[in-house]
Amino acid sequence: MDLDFSFQPHRRRWLGRFQKLSLLAIGAWFSPLTAFAKKEDATKAIQDISGGKPVQEGKVSLVIPPLVENGNLVVLKVSVESPMTATNYVKAIHVIAEGNPLPNIFTAYLTPRSGTASITTRVRLADSQTVWAIAQMNDGSFWSGHAETLVTLSACTELV
Amino acid sequence: MSKTSRTSITMPASAKKGAIIEIRAIAQHDMESGFRYTESGKAIARDIIRMFTCTYNDIEVFKMDFYPGMGANPLVIFTTVATETGTLEFKWSGDDGYEAINQAHITVS
Repeated sequence: MDLDFSFQPHRRRWLGRFQKLSLLAIGAWFSPLTAFAKKEDATKAIQDISGGKPVQEGKVSLVIPPLVENGNLVVLKVSVESPMTATNYVKAIHVIAEGNPLPNIFTAYLTPRSGTASITTRVRLADSQTVWAIAQMNDGSFWSGHAETLVTLSACTELV
Repeated sequence: MSKTSRTSITMPASAKKGAIIEIRAIAQHDMESGFRYTESGKAIARDIIRMFTCTYNDIEVFKMDFYPGMGANPLVIFTTVATETGTLEFKWSGDDGYEAINQAHITVS
């Protein structure tokens, strides 16, 4: 009997600790990070664009600074290797950010009259992440390129 | 955001026929993403420019869809081939009836 009484409090303490640990684990699971798009969302966005067709790597070059201080305004340059003739041109360029609340950033529609398939703009990045650019050619093929970046101050979610 | 706002176009005033010209188009707009909250915890409604189009003598040469991931005061730098003398019209349209139009003239020799 004596033994039982001395062990019981230990058991309680351990149980309590496990409880706290599990709460912590659940807390981590529901952290605000889950509010952001995950890689699956980005993959789904890319699939929606390609309609299930294979997306090949290459031809597309995406340039973003490797280290970004402020994610609110990041200069992004995307260019696609293409002669841009009436028979061989880039129809559209889609830019997808894995770590943003909404992965789509922009879609640009080009024509042979564009001359080059090159676009520069300024985007928001919510987190350190990989950004993808998908080019849709006039022959129906899809090409992709990506760039990784580190963001120290994120965009989108700050209070006003 | 107001129904319209200031916009600016930077492009060459003249070009040789067939040359590729660079166009810089910027519109003044907050591009409220819809993912932000006020201090009292109220969500701020999304208010962004949704579409940007460029027509060259009434033929569409460039179009772009914007999502909340675009930065405030969206700047777009793109190219087009100078085919003929004429007017390029730029149009931005977005939430809450926002619309802005700007024009630029080009002389092609």
